[in-house]
Amino acid sequence: MSTTMSTAAATNAPQHLEKVTLGRSITNGLRKAMERDPKVVLIGEDIGKLGGVFRITEHLQKDFGEDRVIDSPLAESGIVGTAVGMALRGYRPVCEIQFDGFVYPAFDQIVCQVAKMHARSLGAVKLPIVIRIPFGGGIGSPEHHSESPEAYFAHTAGLRVVSCSNPEDAYWMIQQAIECDDPVIFFEPKRRYHDRGEYDTSAASAPRSLFEANVLREGTDVTLVGYGPVVKTMLESAAAAESEGTSIEVIDLRSLSPLPIDTVTASVRKTGRLVVVHEASNFLGMGAEIAAEVTEQCFYHLEAPVVRVGGANIPYPPSRMEEDFLPDLDRILDGVDRALAF
Amino acid sequence: MSDNDVVQQTAPAGATTQNGDGGPDMIQLLTPEGERRSHPDYDKYVVDLTPQDLRGFYRDLVLIRRLDAEGYALQRQGELGLWPSLLGQEAAQVGSGRALRPHDFVFPTYREHGVGFVRGMDPQSSLQLFRGVSQGGWDPTEHNFHLYTIVIGAQTLHATGYAMGVKMDGNVGTGDPDRDTAVICYFGDGATSQGDVNEAFVYAASFDAPVVFFCQNNQWAISEPVSKQTRIPLYQRARGFGFPGVRVDGNDILATYAVTKHCLDEARNGNGPLLIEAYTYRMGAHTTADDPTKYRVSAEVEQWKLRDPILRLKTYLAHEGMADETFFQSVDEEADQFAQELRDGCINMATMPGETMWDHVYAEDHPVMEAERAAFLAYQASFEGAN
Repeated sequence: MSTTMSTAAATNAPQHLEKVTLGRSITNGLRKAMERDPKVVLIGEDIGKLGGVFRITEHLQKDFGEDRVIDSPLAESGIVGTAVGMALRGYRPVCEIQFDGFVYPAFDQIVCQVAKMHARSLGAVKLPIVIRIPFGGGIGSPEHHSESPEAYFAHTAGLRVVSCSNPEDAYWMIQQAIECDDPVIFFEPKRRYHDRGEYDTSAASAPRSLFEANVLREGTDVTLVGYGPVVKTMLESAAAAESEGTSIEVIDLRSLSPLPIDTVTASVRKTGRLVVVHEASNFLGMGAEIAAEVTEQCFYHLEAPVVRVGGANIPYPPSRMEEDFLPDLDRILDGVDRALAF
Repeated sequence: MSDNDVVQQTAPAGATTQNGDGGPDMIQLLTPEGERRSHPDYDKYVVDLTPQDLRGFYRDLVLIRRLDAEGYALQRQGELGLWPSLLGQEAAQVGSGRALRPHDFVFPTYREHGVGFVRGMDPQSSLQLFRGVSQGGWDPTEHNFHLYTIVIGAQTLHATGYAMGVKMDGNVGTGDPDRDTAVICYFGDGATSQGDVNEAFVYAASFDAPVVFFCQNNQWAISEPVSKQTRIPLYQRARGFGFPGVRVDGNDILATYAVTKHCLDEARNGNGPLLIEAYTYRMGAHTTADDPTKYRVSAEVEQWKLRDPILRLKTYLAHEGMADETFFQSVDEEADQFAQELRDGCINMATMPGETMWDHVYAEDHPVMEAERAAFLAYQASFEGAN
């Protein structure tokens, strides 16, 4: 997958290729941002000496000090609420929420304050806050550790919502999110933290805008669109389908708000079929919005209804059952078959 | 009391208050009858106040009470959608607001029209919010006065984070009065039950943040009495969080000024956070949408009328010969003029055109904003020439 990414990226010589994990890529991106701008501060639970429960901030407190890598008390609304205050004072806080299911205590601060303060002040107040949230399932954890709450935030105007799917994007997107003057909810695919990828870290700038989708694989029969942890599964599905003679175009959405819908509609105009994949429940999930947009914008190009392959409309199940909940290669190909059956 | 307590809460016998008042721990420098009471710890913060300063306080109180009265009237006349009254809380707001230095930073609730006024805010700012022409719309850095926060208690975390930033900037405890900075955060008795307020106390304490939490205990959170929020006096909550708390007579502008001065100094010197409970009373309704006759007795209101913050300062000024009837009349005349300007400004306030709704949702370009604005304009244009 990452090979595809590197090929797609600009070929700025001399390249400095590094093979690193997605998690370490975020660490490196955070480090770059902190080196570049002394106003960048990190705040979250256990992010100091421990380096966070996923070790994403490992060694950063040692290198940048306790003022810039802040171990917070165990209160998520406090993490985000104090980040608002720090941003008002001119800082660029990066919050770490330990797990997806623990963001809800901060929900009011995010949707009522972070999202709305720029509009409330008629543009006088900027809140360049990044809220990092490891999300999604597949790691065998207890309740509240495997959720996909992205639609709540994408539904809220004033926020930008992105998700990386591979090491190179993780490295660049976290830096771009920190540089953005708007608040960004940054979803990290936790079960892909240990995936490795090789990419050029010497490039002067990111290969693409933070809010652009990326066509990872070109195809002609069906368009597959998703983001975060399912992107790898989509690519595996496309490879499997190819052996059966089906040509699948795979789009990594990357940005959920704003939604880079033009990349999706351009693909659908070519393939006529769309399958949207995510771990979140289908009901009012990102797939619902994508299906509506595609129907509005390229109705006459559609050869089949848009198919959604997502989580069931239930609370995330106990981990021994999560394989039946998560979209896997077979369920994605089943969705492709349903789209092709029309 | 722990040894880091700001000031021992033992009021001299002369300041002992009546039953139903704030109790013996409450700091009071001016009795409801307008008599000056001495306090060993706080007198020093008011000795430098000149008669002119005190007349200025009186003017502030009268003008913001007039602002409040006009806000109420404008709502009743249909010019404002809602008005949250500060009636009765004038001294708490002016006393604390006047204790601030220009580079200190204020985080208000939606009721701090008086604090905003003494910070130099255009009084039209709060009117425009309740008229519904903006959700605030001012630049907080202009007067170091943040936007009103309507979600109860949410701003306490913003104040704490801002104060953490002040400390990270190194602007605490340097001894340089032009540099050392304090943050003050307003909230009410009801807010003390909010998670955010308790989290703010925890964060502020953990990071030694230079913030003064200023709780105006006006006894009522809409219809719920303070007894629904707490078993113990609110200022004593601070102790559990490991920082000093003090109760001050919120209807006494001298005491409020002195206690706030002291606490701000402490915060600037690196001894924050601190909690002030300004013991006061909401004389009016929670907002114009409220009807307090349904849940509280008029005898209670009548009792608090005797503790009126303006009357006691007026009595004191007159008795001490610091102001005469000519002065009081001139303030009333200024208030009439002020009220007229407020009314004219409010009624003539322009509503922004609909297409500006999309202008400030994001700081950077956003395709949905541009597309929706364009669609809105096209829709509006479709009516042109239809007749």
